Amino acid sequence: MNDKTNGQASQASETITITIDGKEIQTEPGRNLVQVANENGFFIPSLCYFPEIEPPLGTCRVCTCKIDGVAGPACTETVRDGMVIEAETDELIDARKAIVEMMFAEGNHVCPGCEKSGNCDLQHMAYELGLQHKRFPNVFKNRLVDFNPKRMIMEHNRCIKCLRCVKEVFTDDGKAVFSFRYRGNDTRVGIDYEQEALLTSEQAVRAMELCPTGAIIVRGEHAKPFGDRRFDMQSMQKSAPAADPEIVLPKEKKTVATVSLAGCFGCHMSLLDIDLKLLDLVNVVEFNKSPINDIKKFTKHCDIGLIEGGCCNDENVETLREFRKHCDVLVAFGECAVWGGVPSMRNTIPLGECLEEAYLNAMTTVDDEFEVPYHEDLPKILDKVYACSDIVDIDYYIPGCPPDADHIWRSVLSLISGQQMPVPYSEFKYD
Amino acid sequence: MNNKSITAPGQSPDLILERTDLIAYLWNVQKEHGHIRFKDIEAAAKALDISTIDVEGVISFYHFFSRYPTGEFTVYLNASIVSEHKGFERVKEAFESATGGQFGSVDPSGQFGLFETACIGLSDMEPAALINFHPFTNLNSLKVKQIVAKLKQGADPADICDEIPDHVRHTPEEDKVILMRDYDHGKSVAKLAAIQPDDVIEEIKKSGLRGQGGAFFPAGLKWQFCAAEEGEPKYIVCNADEGEPGTFKDRVLLNSRPGLLLEGMIVAAYAVGAKEGYIYLRAEYRWLLHKLEDEIKRFRKMGLLGRDAGGIKGFHFDIHIKLGAGAYVCGEETALLNSMEGKRGEPRNKRFFPTQRGYLQKPTVINNVETFCAAARIIELGADHYLTTGTETSPGTKLISVSGDCRHPGVYEIEWGTTVREVLDMAQADRPHFIQVSGPSGQCISIEEADRALALDDLPCGGSFMIFSRQRDILGILRNYTSFFKHESCGLCTPCRAGNFIIEKKLDLFAAKLGHRDDIEDVKSWGKMMQMTCRCGLGKTAPNALLTAQEKFPEYFETLVDQNPDRLSKRFSLKDAVREYDRFSS
Repeated sequence: MNDKTNGQASQASETITITIDGKEIQTEPGRNLVQVANENGFFIPSLCYFPEIEPPLGTCRVCTCKIDGVAGPACTETVRDGMVIEAETDELIDARKAIVEMMFAEGNHVCPGCEKSGNCDLQHMAYELGLQHKRFPNVFKNRLVDFNPKRMIMEHNRCIKCLRCVKEVFTDDGKAVFSFRYRGNDTRVGIDYEQEALLTSEQAVRAMELCPTGAIIVRGEHAKPFGDRRFDMQSMQKSAPAADPEIVLPKEKKTVATVSLAGCFGCHMSLLDIDLKLLDLVNVVEFNKSPINDIKKFTKHCDIGLIEGGCCNDENVETLREFRKHCDVLVAFGECAVWGGVPSMRNTIPLGECLEEAYLNAMTTVDDEFEVPYHEDLPKILDKVYACSDIVDIDYYIPGCPPDADHIWRSVLSLISGQQMPVPYSEFKYD
Repeated sequence: MNNKSITAPGQSPDLILERTDLIAYLWNVQKEHGHIRFKDIEAAAKALDISTIDVEGVISFYHFFSRYPTGEFTVYLNASIVSEHKGFERVKEAFESATGGQFGSVDPSGQFGLFETACIGLSDMEPAALINFHPFTNLNSLKVKQIVAKLKQGADPADICDEIPDHVRHTPEEDKVILMRDYDHGKSVAKLAAIQPDDVIEEIKKSGLRGQGGAFFPAGLKWQFCAAEEGEPKYIVCNADEGEPGTFKDRVLLNSRPGLLLEGMIVAAYAVGAKEGYIYLRAEYRWLLHKLEDEIKRFRKMGLLGRDAGGIKGFHFDIHIKLGAGAYVCGEETALLNSMEGKRGEPRNKRFFPTQRGYLQKPTVINNVETFCAAARIIELGADHYLTTGTETSPGTKLISVSGDCRHPGVYEIEWGTTVREVLDMAQADRPHFIQVSGPSGQCISIEEADRALALDDLPCGGSFMIFSRQRDILGILRNYTSFFKHESCGLCTPCRAGNFIIEKKLDLFAAKLGHRDDIEDVKSWGKMMQMTCRCGLGKTAPNALLTAQEKFPEYFETLVDQNPDRLSKRFSLKDAVREYDRFSS
């Protein structure tokens, strides 16, 4: 399996014709299908695919297309004359989205707290696919964060098992540094401490760059600031973003309620960041129960409920259920509401241990003087932090930590007017 | 193997090892010490000049290799659905109470290791277990008690294990028996001297023989592809890793007609010009290993294997056995090849056929036991005779392994075209309701479809035929399958690794009566997504049973779910969620 089939044409003079979604494309034989498609304005997402790795890995399945009628990954295909490819059908796009959602559900991907955020291929593909939430429940497994290697930190919660590091990172003696271990749902990447210590700094950094997520972090390599990162501003999809539609606002004002549950109020702050548009907003909506106007109780049935934060205690649950009863449409806005977010990082640790660590075994605790707070006036803490969709049906999701003000504005406007407002790539973020 | 002795470190200070011998080496260590120690890993890594993590990766892939002691007596109790229906739970409890141990671990004295395992190919005698890889069948509480008592008194499992009958329940009328007719050594090989390799391929092509493992690829075409390849050497590989739950017909062939298999491989080798052949025997059939080895020795003595095999000048061919180590996915041909090479049994990308790049990247013919046996018979009897059996589109006969709720579980040699009802009648099925054809990766049919014919153009069957009566819980069957696939997924591709796990969670909700109406549609669309996107046959077929069950028994699935009118998820129980916190109330 040593053919050099990637990128370069094998015989530059020859031209072949392939058909992607009905469009005929002239290209050279032997090139990789993902590359040819993407150069020609089609978007075939890919994650495990890395042009330097030959043969391609074909593990993540995100690039699944229909090739001459048969479903299969594009990354392991080289173009042949007469090849007919389906690339952007609804079925395929949905399947790809599902696979990326599976990766998020399977690991603990907390973008706001990840060093690789903004430079992460997984996050980038999710942006490109417009992934607002996962159709699958989060697993919240407590996987190892391994600080034993000399240069690296292995964050197994973030690994998507793409195989890149296993196939590409070797010592100068040609020995593998990584290998898959176990199988099935327990599969994880094992790291050989002895061999890892033999890597040069450059080789270690390359391993980190090779990793499509934040699973391999090299000590001392700091995260880059917003704006300097690879996936902050520009989508790789060639199609120009759709223009904003003419917005026709309804004559009657819509009623909106908002609440912050297990969140930090950051999403509400971001909501206020729409600045002057606030004046437009009050022309088209009327706020009911909300911290913005300090109305504590629902006084009427509402059209839209905006929920910030997930549920970490029984009061959150009660409030959320009340919102479901009083609102036609519920929108989870912000990472915490969408899937649990930063507070759900405790989900991998039993509640008892969390509380004992915080109140009984902390460094500042004096023996016998402290207890875990428990009182009938206090909300009861839940065994874990739940996403809003675990408790009630949620109609729409706005990701972000916090969501960009403009993103919120566009989403709310879409709901009020019934016209879809496109959200630009630079505003659709998880951090 | 390859004239090199494979020894555990305790036995020989100089470890000679090739990567292809790694699994055999690990087996030796596992057998000698009951587990694989880090120093064994270091020794292997040093001998092969690879990193220890590479070896660890291989060990952790296989179910029967362990880094921790597995006890003096290691019990692997089959957890397949047939076993479950025949009393798995009671047998499990009996083992636990008799040994004082708990499943999933070794008892405190270190004497008994108790583990569950996937189907061990004894579905006609469930519940069944392997103790130190010797078979014990038709288990019940009393029998378990007696077995454990004997072992405690120092009995060797090899001496007290059960004799395994073949249970051949049916063969077609006299002349039409193909596989199960009497076997005399050398009949097929004797025919080779008079014909050219190309003629062998033509004869197989003429017979219409297809791969009998379940994929049904035309065997003659496969051989032709391999023969046309220029790469040398070429290999013949027999897939004796029949892991599909409910299948045991290859066991019967290996046990009753090992020579027929060897002859089939010799025929194939002659046809494509191969010099070496391997039988990849699943570890669950380790108790058949000696029989096979003896048969190979006998063949060598008879001149049917070795230099000028079968007396044909210049045709040198020999066969070796490689033992698997517990991985269903290794029944997938490219995963099997990786396993033979001493690697994790992960399926390869489908860029090349094994006939192009197979074992060690060389042209390889890989067929299963039954296919080689049938090929030997075709050469022995002639394609014309073979074509007198079966139907026009599916010529020949097929071995099916019948198990589940019936009076006569066992192996049936049927002509293709036999109806489901005929099989059910022969087996004296008990109120059949749900029939799983070709195992969990196949499809289920309802009794209403009993007049369908087992044939390629109607209902293809790879071998497993499980009958479930009206009293069996369909959801229970499907959960058993999903759990099986979750454990057996190699973990390489996302939709299979995560998909089976996620679907299992969903079925758990159904079982807990917490399913919503939407969940039925979810399972359907997630299953279809897996069929489309998974990397290998295992993943692609894992949701088959679930999807076909939904299609065949829609009204049953409706009973599993509720509407959700107030849009509050009943899955969330506030009472349960605050239980942990409430223990701080005092």
